[in-house]
Amino acid sequence: MDFGFIQKVIPMYLQAAWLTLRLALIGILLSLLLGLICALIKYYKIPVLRRIVGFYIELSRNTPLLIQLFFLYFAFPRMGIKLSSVQCAIIGLTFLGGSYMEETFRSALESVSKVQIESAQCIGLTPRQVTQYVILPQAVSVSIPGFCANVMFLIKETSVFSAVALADLMYIAKDLIGLYYKTDEALTLLCISYFVLLLPISLLAAYAERRLRYAQFGR
Amino acid sequence: MPSSDVSVNMFEAIRQAFGVLTMGTNFVRLLGGLWVTVWIALVSVAFSIILGILFGMLMTVKNRAIKIICKIYLEIMRIMPQMVLLFIAYYGLTRMFNISLSGEAASILVFTLWGTAEMGDLVRGSLESVPKHQYESGRAIGLTERQIFLYIIIPQTVRSLIPLSMNLITRMIKTTSLVVFVGVIEVVKIGQQIIEANRLTVPTASIAVYFVIFMMYFFVCWILNLGARAIERRQK
Repeated sequence: MDFGFIQKVIPMYLQAAWLTLRLALIGILLSLLLGLICALIKYYKIPVLRRIVGFYIELSRNTPLLIQLFFLYFAFPRMGIKLSSVQCAIIGLTFLGGSYMEETFRSALESVSKVQIESAQCIGLTPRQVTQYVILPQAVSVSIPGFCANVMFLIKETSVFSAVALADLMYIAKDLIGLYYKTDEALTLLCISYFVLLLPISLLAAYAERRLRYAQFGR
Repeated sequence: MPSSDVSVNMFEAIRQAFGVLTMGTNFVRLLGGLWVTVWIALVSVAFSIILGILFGMLMTVKNRAIKIICKIYLEIMRIMPQMVLLFIAYYGLTRMFNISLSGEAASILVFTLWGTAEMGDLVRGSLESVPKHQYESGRAIGLTERQIFLYIIIPQTVRSLIPLSMNLITRMIKTTSLVVFVGVIEVVKIGQQIIEANRLTVPTASIAVYFVIFMMYFFVCWILNLGARAIERRQK
């Protein structure tokens, strides 16, 4: 191990980690939004949109992010739609994440029992109030472990962003291996970076799941 | 330029692009590339199912040390992106231990290690979901521990495991798209070769090639998913 070299390249890794985190954050927020909209469309069974959402989910769940990115980055410009790497990465991540988020939210919405909704209607709440005060609070707490798992999954998936020429962690590591032949150092730093990024989320997810289990027992 | 002209050009470009696929053996080559991907996934899945069942059983053992070690292994496999693991197997092993693996071997190794962890967790989940009274009833009618496991526990867990492991297979097939980064000649690489070969004559080839690769992945995973869902429905 060449610690001098490690010290020298740590700033590069920090920068790359920040890029990864930033893109992941934007992608996660957008896919959260997309997932929520799709889940509500599916839950309330809105006629035509439901079919479109179903089609989108099948398409997005059954293809790898890498191929989606390649299509966005190499095929779209040929059809006259030019996208920068950052745009590609965010669109790709949102396209992928939307369907995963949808699945989590929909199953959470469906887990709210009918009795709850009917009781709420009985005491005279309007449909909006039923959604706002009865369905959503319960559904949100049920969806938290799934949501955390999705966040982890999406951050992990950002590792393919280097394929569309974004200087993320993977890209830096590949670069250092190619340029200086410092394989050990580059890979060690790569592992540490991903651990630092993902371990807190993993622990948080485990904690949330435990808390949720207690909440359910208390019911 | 009027907009109708642009759209005519675009259609022409797309038509030309798809023409590339019918040239020579291009489409057959792409299918061959897809087979490499699927083959790597299937071999890894076969290994991971066998090792995963053992690993899952190991995780239900009531020994604290074994449990912690399994948990750490699972956590590492869950946290590391598969791409990082691939790089470690392909570049790291060679440098650190002088073990030079081919791209295929490195990917199978990585996907097996990862799949074992995921499969093990599924097996653990379904073993733990068997209610306690099943064991106790088994003991009450005088079965040995081995008989309880063989005739009561395994039949129940296998039923719930089949759709779950089919989901794992589709996840694995999707993840095998990464093997292009460790030098395996699979569907994406062949697609890139076709695009490069026609770069001057048909510059729009990338539309068709990536669309077809996209659809190939889609159909393979979609059919597996439909199968998994059908099995799940039948079990209910």
